[in-house]
Amino acid sequence: MDALVAQLQRQFRDYTVSLYQLGFLDDQFTELKKLQDDDSPEFVAEVLSLFFEDCVKLIGNMARALDQTGGSTVDFSLVGSSVHQLKGSSSSVGAKRVKGLCVTFKEYCEAQNYEGCVRCLQQVDIEYKTLKTKLQDMFNLEKQIIQAGGKVPQVSIN
Amino acid sequence: MAEVLLPRKMEIAKDPSKFGSSDLLHVLAVDDSHVDRKFIERLLRVSSCKVTVVDSATRALQYLGLDVEDKSIGFEDLKVNLIMTDYSMPGMTGYELLKKIKESSAFRQVPVVIMSSENILPRIDRCLEEGAEDFLLKPVKLSDVTRIRDSLMKVEDLSCTKSIKKRKLEVTENVYSLDSSAPSQLKRAKI
Repeated sequence: MDALVAQLQRQFRDYTVSLYQLGFLDDQFTELKKLQDDDSPEFVAEVLSLFFEDCVKLIGNMARALDQTGGSTVDFSLVGSSVHQLKGSSSSVGAKRVKGLCVTFKEYCEAQNYEGCVRCLQQVDIEYKTLKTKLQDMFNLEKQIIQAGGKVPQVSIN
Repeated sequence: MAEVLLPRKMEIAKDPSKFGSSDLLHVLAVDDSHVDRKFIERLLRVSSCKVTVVDSATRALQYLGLDVEDKSIGFEDLKVNLIMTDYSMPGMTGYELLKKIKESSAFRQVPVVIMSSENILPRIDRCLEEGAEDFLLKPVKLSDVTRIRDSLMKVEDLSCTKSIKKRKLEVTENVYSLDSSAPSQLKRAKI
């Protein structure tokens, strides 16, 4: 099955490189991968899983804080605090686009710009879900390579 | 077997008995972010450290025995070689935790490293003035951890007196992204 393994490895490499080139991932993701080894073979997947849990929780907090139904006023510092936490998490896992959105989002919070905040909320929600799908595809390719008897190649990003 | 088997990744410590029952540096890591706790724990394990991770400054104080009536004492028998704490945490901040540790008789000599995602110079200065050993920008790098670990091993190895020496301050580009208007003397402690 060498031809299959080679093909899968090529697919995996191309896909991974594209995630970096399109700005979904940055160097920090590479650092996470370096920390994965036989002692901790699922490390990257585990950290990313925690990150996505964070996304759900924090975006939920932001949505609630931005909810103006019933005439309640928006506490922008509350929104900003959740954005700050999401910015931190995304930075720690190398989720470059999510982090970039958080930077913009934070500025809108500080400016108390409601429309800007709502827009960012929608975008960050789409962005983390997109990343999640892309990473699942990447992890699936890894699995397929291993099941075909091959090794997951180290992908170097230049 | 006449040979003593050292932990696989261990190269530097010459006198393992200095670290108590295990041969490893024991690090207490404090961070309210689940992602960051997982990350720092891995960084420390990969660097051959024993790790205890807690999710708040309050829990750190509980662990150290500094949360009870006589707050200045703490658990005398607890061996902690390094404390790494996030700066911004709900409730008690890393800065406040740093102060409490420095006020305690059992742990005031334990080096405390502050981690923060924000490069705020007055914050860094304040922490260093309060006795922080180092200030790391997040995301923390493996090289930061190994540098600190190596430095601590050297300190133990030289059988220094118990007082922590003030290290020479030097300018480091990585920590500060200096803009042209910032004073050139701004420094960070390097250990």
